[in-house]
Amino acid sequence: MRHIISILMENEAGALSRVAALFSARGYNIESLTVAPTEDITLSRMTLVTRGSDEIIEQITKQLNKLIDVVKLVNLAEGPHIEREMMLIKVRTSGVGAREEVMRLVEIFRGNIIDVTPATYTIELTGHADKLDAFIVALNKAPILETVRSGVSAISRGTKSLHI
Amino acid sequence: MKLTGAEILTRFLADEGVEYIFGYPGGAVLHIYDALHRQDRLKHILVRHEQAATHAADGYARSTGKPGVVLVTSGPGATNAVTGIATAFMDSIPMVVITGQVPTSLIGNDAFQEVDCVGITRPCVKHNFLVKDVNDLAMVLKKAFYIATTGRPGPVVVDIPKDITAEVAEYKHPKQIEMRSYSPVVKGHPGQIKRAVKMMASAKRPMIYSGGGVILDDASKVLTELGHVLNCPVTNTTMGLGGFPASDRQFLGLLGMHGTYEANMAISNCDVMIAIGARFDDRVTGNIKKFAPKAKIIHVDIDPASISKNVKVHVPIVGGVNNVVKAMLKQLKAEGFKPNEETLGKWWEQIEKWRAKDCLKYNTDGDRIKPQHAVDLVHQITKGDAFVTSDVGQHQMWAAQYYGFDKPRRWINSGGLGTMGFGLPAAMGVQLAHPKAQVACITGEGSIQMNIQELSTCLQHRLPIKIVCLNNGYLGMVRQWQEFFYDNRYSHSYMDSLPDFVKLAEAYGHVGIQVDKPADVEAAIKETFKLKDRLVFLNILTDPEENVYPMVPAGAGLDEMILI
Ligand SMILES: Cc1ncc(C[n+]2csc(CCOP(=O)(O)OP(=O)(O)O)c2C)c(N)n1
Ligand SMILES: [Mg+2]
Repeated sequence: MRHIISILMENEAGALSRVAALFSARGYNIESLTVAPTEDITLSRMTLVTRGSDEIIEQITKQLNKLIDVVKLVNLAEGPHIEREMMLIKVRTSGVGAREEVMRLVEIFRGNIIDVTPATYTIELTGHADKLDAFIVALNKAPILETVRSGVSAISRGTKSLHI
Repeated sequence: MKLTGAEILTRFLADEGVEYIFGYPGGAVLHIYDALHRQDRLKHILVRHEQAATHAADGYARSTGKPGVVLVTSGPGATNAVTGIATAFMDSIPMVVITGQVPTSLIGNDAFQEVDCVGITRPCVKHNFLVKDVNDLAMVLKKAFYIATTGRPGPVVVDIPKDITAEVAEYKHPKQIEMRSYSPVVKGHPGQIKRAVKMMASAKRPMIYSGGGVILDDASKVLTELGHVLNCPVTNTTMGLGGFPASDRQFLGLLGMHGTYEANMAISNCDVMIAIGARFDDRVTGNIKKFAPKAKIIHVDIDPASISKNVKVHVPIVGGVNNVVKAMLKQLKAEGFKPNEETLGKWWEQIEKWRAKDCLKYNTDGDRIKPQHAVDLVHQITKGDAFVTSDVGQHQMWAAQYYGFDKPRRWINSGGLGTMGFGLPAAMGVQLAHPKAQVACITGEGSIQMNIQELSTCLQHRLPIKIVCLNNGYLGMVRQWQEFFYDNRYSHSYMDSLPDFVKLAEAYGHVGIQVDKPADVEAAIKETFKLKDRLVFLNILTDPEENVYPMVPAGAGLDEMILI
């Protein structure tokens, strides 16, 4: 099962490497990981996507909680939540009809073209990871030069929140 | 008051109540060593190898319950300390290790004697710090001691760049500390305790399996009381020995790979298991699928991550062992608990049958000294009241099996990491903490050579340790596995060219005694322990091919032991 673990941690040097090291030392896998300071700059918020059986996820959350820098965490996949990922993608648009085709796709997927050259478009697209995957598939005509994905950010629905 | 970083460190350690620092100097810690020279509240023990500093601090910690403190230089000083840090980590021993680091401006430059100490030690510490500002130093140190000694204890490394030890800051000893990201649970959940007590009351074949958590939390008194109230059999892990008196009728000895027949059979047949401060390690459980198949399990541990990690338990209780067991006793009393004489009687009848196999018997007829007999004699001659450190191998298992420990903190061994070379330096820490006590290091000729240089430290500090070397001329435990599982192919488990240990001891200024006849061994051990103020190296030439029994082969269930 896919799980999204959201972690509030001290914004200390080395905190990120402790989490990464824990995963490699114990043989857990990380699908994606994003981290940045919150509105309170002493705290960072990390969103980590992983897969594993219930037992493994239980161990992962316990082991993460044991890290001294971890203040609090929640497994967002256990309740209703919203997840988003941002992608920047650069495509070649020099083929016949490619520019129109790509523009139409961007519109359908509600993305933005954020940079233009005679031969390329750079597109920004935000949404569920599945939607980004679908966009890449749909782009089959225009050769992709570069893809940059942010990894998943997620938050719980409703009034529930992860704060101290 | 304005002090340099080095002075802050020494002042802080003294203010924190530290007695001994185990260390070794070098470039990055020269300011600190200078500050040590200019004070008289801390005693520094100069070892001969940084690994020994960590083991000595560890032995000090295990025998007193107070954190051990280590000071080493950057680079090789720090890497030499890693084995001892990992040893302490695996056994949850409170320790604070101060490592020197190259000056802040050189970090990351591949400077002379630079290693990424925080990176290297990260997987084997409870936590570590790199100090970047002298103004943070006292607080970081306070956090280090707090983290090392609370919750599930463990080693904490504080890496201090050289420039920080020269810079000046205001110093005040921080009295208290609170960390929003770290607040270990101590009290058990009352509802869970009630459930556990109900389960105990319904048990027909109850059993206590307890480990190092009982020792670490000074809970042997309450654990013993619980055992007596339930009148059930008790078994200990190698880390838990002394948690329940070995001479008590209810004690079944060790469990696991080299556990007794009665303990392993009882585990395999109990219907309620009360696991206390133990972590279901693979050396304990054998084949996990066959472990305690009939039991409902109650598990008390301070570390939530230890619960249901290897074995799914029915009643998990997170909390300090001492607190939780006290609460259990209170609850048992409140419910007017009385053991069910009839079912319990049957259970004990069965256990006595297992016990009657006398699985630890050995034969003393031959012309070689039996190592088991030597340990029995050490027990007799020290009246069972010595501190016993050990190394790793057959001698360690014989020490654990035959030196019945009636008190906690007397058995000092590297259970989790299994570090050869632990015994002698650990004994130094124990002897310093208990100058009047008898301290024996039961070791093997392989292990003792891994930190033999500490004989020099022992002379310098006049530590009258008794080294009892069960010398079988083999890396015995390796040889035993090769005999059992590799068709007697003794690949590199034979120790050729051993030193003359008597002369070696003498060269270091100590007393050496050697014995090789069964008839002489008792007198030799008596003589050894009579020399109160000298270190004695007693080299006992034992039966080279003796094996440790019983043995549960890797992958087998606990009831599938090889008996003698
Ligand atoms: C540092 C280290 N290296 C290797 C081992 C593997 N090992 C476990 S027991 C053992 C043999 C120990 O020999 P000795 O000290 O003579 O003890 P004996 O088993 O003969 O009593 C070895 C090599 C270990 N535990 N620790
Ligand atoms: Mg040997």
